[in-house]
Amino acid sequence: MSSHSKAARRFVANRERTAWHDKALYIVRSKRDRMAQSLPEWEQLREAASQIKQHTLSHLADYLEKFERNATANGIVVHWAADAAELNRTVEDIIRQHGGNKLVKSKSMLSEECELTPYLEERGIEAVETDLGERIMQLMHCPPSHIVLPAIHVKREEVGELFERELGTEVGNSDPTYLTHAARRHLRDKFLTADISMTGVNFAIAEEGAFAVCTNEGNADMGTSFTDLHIAIMGLEKVIPDYASLGVFTRLLARSATGQAVTTYTSIYRRPEEGKQIHVIIVDNGRTKSLHNEAHRNMLKCIRCGACMNTCPVYRRSGGYSYSYFIPGPLGINLGMLRSPEQYGGNASGCSLCYSCSNVCPAKVNLGEQIYAWRQEMDSLGVAAKSKKAMVKAMNLIMRHRGIFYAGVGTLPYVPRFVYNNRFNPWCEAREMPHFDTKSFNTLWKQGKIKR
Amino acid sequence: MKVALFIPCYVNVLYPQVGEASYRLLRSLGIDVDYPLDQTCCGQPMANAGYEADAKPLAERMERLFADYDYVVGPSASCVSFVREGYPHLVEHHHNDGRPCLAERIYELCEFIHDVVKPEHIDASFHHKVSIHNSCHGVRHLGLSAPSELNIPYYSKLRALLEKVEGIEIFEPQRRDECCGFGGMFAIEESAVSGCMGHDKVHDHISTGAEYITGADSSCLMHMQGVIEKEGLAIRTKHIVEILTANE
Repeated sequence: MSSHSKAARRFVANRERTAWHDKALYIVRSKRDRMAQSLPEWEQLREAASQIKQHTLSHLADYLEKFERNATANGIVVHWAADAAELNRTVEDIIRQHGGNKLVKSKSMLSEECELTPYLEERGIEAVETDLGERIMQLMHCPPSHIVLPAIHVKREEVGELFERELGTEVGNSDPTYLTHAARRHLRDKFLTADISMTGVNFAIAEEGAFAVCTNEGNADMGTSFTDLHIAIMGLEKVIPDYASLGVFTRLLARSATGQAVTTYTSIYRRPEEGKQIHVIIVDNGRTKSLHNEAHRNMLKCIRCGACMNTCPVYRRSGGYSYSYFIPGPLGINLGMLRSPEQYGGNASGCSLCYSCSNVCPAKVNLGEQIYAWRQEMDSLGVAAKSKKAMVKAMNLIMRHRGIFYAGVGTLPYVPRFVYNNRFNPWCEAREMPHFDTKSFNTLWKQGKIKR
Repeated sequence: MKVALFIPCYVNVLYPQVGEASYRLLRSLGIDVDYPLDQTCCGQPMANAGYEADAKPLAERMERLFADYDYVVGPSASCVSFVREGYPHLVEHHHNDGRPCLAERIYELCEFIHDVVKPEHIDASFHHKVSIHNSCHGVRHLGLSAPSELNIPYYSKLRALLEKVEGIEIFEPQRRDECCGFGGMFAIEESAVSGCMGHDKVHDHISTGAEYITGADSSCLMHMQGVIEKEGLAIRTKHIVEILTANE
């Protein structure tokens, strides 16, 4: 059994919770549908986004250097990091030069990817997540289970209990408004005493040397307004040509992610205020390698909206933690395979090939088709499941020989049903076996029993 | 016009009545249809599991079996979609007679009737409530209906055909084209999630008030029928060709 299959089984065992998780995410998918249906030009927008990304990725070095030039001219300090270790070191160096040890972060999956927070914490730098969902996960000492809705798997009663312990809220009070206010007070104190702020980057605009950060809670803006050092970290695929292209993406991002017309805050950082600093760190960490992978380079078009997770019938019923890579769902299956098939190949089974993910993707990334393609590579990569391979080889042998196939089929009606319809057959876990009680169509045709 | 019936392996073995109804339906529409003997598998299960190369000899066998027909028509959307999308890069073509490869001549049965035959009338009656099962490959690869994710006008080739049946009442589940969880080897390898998806899907169909779940994919129907029997539910599955040839 694959790692995903095992973990998914544990999640599904609690049917009530599974149904709740599925429904919560399907509501997000439905909101996204209403938004997509309300824009007549929706499909053109997706096509435009896909082509802009295609163009940018095929001229990536030029656009990155253009961004660096223009950002530098604006007074932003640009750094480059080849991998996670270099990113973490660079962040630490910038903080050491500036001074201070209190950092407020807005959501960044790149930070998760590079395990930046534990790196900083080990070095005496407090790194506080300020996105509410992320903060909940940080207080729970757990990773996010979704890239946009990090605490989607946590029930409000559980948040209530967590806040009782961590923030001293009233016992038994899980009213969302009450808990949100408590979190706000708690975070307000963190903002007021912070030395440094960190954000991700949704889009880096080459032509302007500026970058856009999209949030719903205004936490990124709060952090960057209070502190005089702002460190922004970005994967190198985040660059886009100009403001006109930004318009395409901001129209797609929130509609796809949460079913909002636009994120509540879309802030464009262009130059630091007098006496303040902005540093941008451009991170590779395997992205150049992905770009060289012709079959899978499309993954770099992803704008991290999470729509593929919300629509994925498997993700909704198995939860973010059933995937061994830190990003779950169709996106995570693909990115995990790009990172390391040996380590993350166990996720590839978590897909029924329904292709809904490919259809919701605002950048038209063919996620489902790429999972199919990865499966074709798994055997030669040495990460295919042996039992599955044996089944395929046996099936193939039978199907290649019509004599064996029809002789075998002919005996099936005589095999007692309990032989195959039992608890040792994985099919029968949730289903009865079909009934083998008739002659095949082929036989009926041969015997002239199909009325011509 | 020479038309061949493609009856996929599991339909051949488990649901001969679907093959029989397919044949009868095409004949009733005035089509001269043949069944090339000893068909087995198109190779889809192997390919979806990650062994496309194992599907190659099966694909070559299919090409040979159906070499002489203008149209090849099968009552299984996912098998047809695999032939259409998978065969062009699996099979080398050296036909000198200029006949296009199988991928270009193969049709799912409803698609063929809707797009090629285009009958005004279908001689069938079915005085029952049915819920359409929009199967993933049928919807998202063959375009049998408008995928719910896209902003394109609603259409459904299955519904258009069913509407020609006398006495029928047609419904669709709330999540109109969510996967039922079959997915070939997925049903075994991820049996817990697959079973949960099947349960949810069958209940979505039941909540329409329908007596039957119908669709163009026997594989989804087989999976859901298994769930129905296991849970003892009050709904049944019936392939769409059985309804398009029904007289009840």
